Amino acid sequence: MNPTVLLSALLATPDSGSQGFDLGKMMAIIIASIFVNNFVLARFLGICPFLGVSKELDSAIGMGAAVIFVMALATLGSWAAYHLLLVPMGLTYLSTIAFILIIASLVQLVEMILQKFSPALYSALGIFLPLITTNCAILGVAVLNIDEKYTLGYSLVNAIAAGIGFTLALILMAGLRQRLELADVPPAMKGKPVAFLVAGIMSIAFLGFAGLGG
Amino acid sequence: MSLIKDFTKGIYRENPVFRLVLGMCPFLAVTTSVENALGMGAAATFVLICSNFLVSLFRNIIPSKVRIPCYIVIIATFVTLVDMVMNAYLPDLHRSLGIFIPLIVVNCIILGRAEGFANRHPVLNSIADAVGMGIGFTLAMVILASFRELLGNGTLLNINVLGSAYQNQPLLIAILAPGAFILLSFILGFFNILEKRKGGRQ
Repeated sequence: MNPTVLLSALLATPDSGSQGFDLGKMMAIIIASIFVNNFVLARFLGICPFLGVSKELDSAIGMGAAVIFVMALATLGSWAAYHLLLVPMGLTYLSTIAFILIIASLVQLVEMILQKFSPALYSALGIFLPLITTNCAILGVAVLNIDEKYTLGYSLVNAIAAGIGFTLALILMAGLRQRLELADVPPAMKGKPVAFLVAGIMSIAFLGFAGLGG
Repeated sequence: MSLIKDFTKGIYRENPVFRLVLGMCPFLAVTTSVENALGMGAAATFVLICSNFLVSLFRNIIPSKVRIPCYIVIIATFVTLVDMVMNAYLPDLHRSLGIFIPLIVVNCIILGRAEGFANRHPVLNSIADAVGMGIGFTLAMVILASFRELLGNGTLLNINVLGSAYQNQPLLIAILAPGAFILLSFILGFFNILEKRKGGRQ
């Protein structure tokens, strides 16, 4: 395959109807992924890290950054694998297996590269990287992008916005949980139950965004 | 004897959802109706049994360094199987479960049982463990789904329970996203009280 064919394949839309760059649609995707369909609070993706890593603000920010980074990479990898490999070969039923393998190996690769070239960043993000393989938000965004028939550009925007939405929920939760430590909670509700209750109230707040951005 | 123990522990004592708080994403997302909960439970249980069986069968062959990728491939294979079968025979259920079918791959319960149980127990015990955990997961989903469907829609398994007067003005929030979080928090709190009572008596 020569480079121009590869490039045009990358830029072509799968549904070929809405080719090109549409700022309105892009804004709609960004707002929908961050607020209206927030990955954690509306779509229920990535609940495990949402509860596990939201005890401190610093680790919440670290996890959020790692998730945005891996989401963008995973989207790139899964999009290319789906449209350049699985579709031409008629193997789309293998997409789940292909995506999870791509994500797992990407995470491993990122971990090795960071360890080698940026020890500072590695020590900040390192402990979160292995957790990300089983973060359903990453596989979720890859599957959603294929389901929605987004182009590569839209997929990337969607992935980064979804990551920002996840980080936003995580940071808000971390801030609330730090205060919750000092609150007088009934003993039966301590820990996970009250965390879910707080998430529920946050989710009500996010319901207010419904209808925004179409 | 130990077979029965491996089977029953998943249902209450080590219930994956209520006691271990695992597998939250599908648990919260598909519990909008009892029907969806049963469908998801059946799909996850099938994958759990098959993956535990294979992992346990190959536990001495799989090198420990690459065991996690191996488990993920095994799990993903069965998830693809479930995905295709459900798409062919139960298209409505497949549509309402949506992306949560492929996401069974990253369900922590399944990988957790492969890593935590099946890779060091014989085949029969692993299957018993998988069946128990699967039933425990399904049961937990059915409990939350019953509350959500009853409060949010006035029905149970699509049968009208609370009458049409309630259905005109149901507690809609129960079926929306916040309802899942809030009801789950109360259920977890209830189980904590139950556990404390039990501990106090012993």
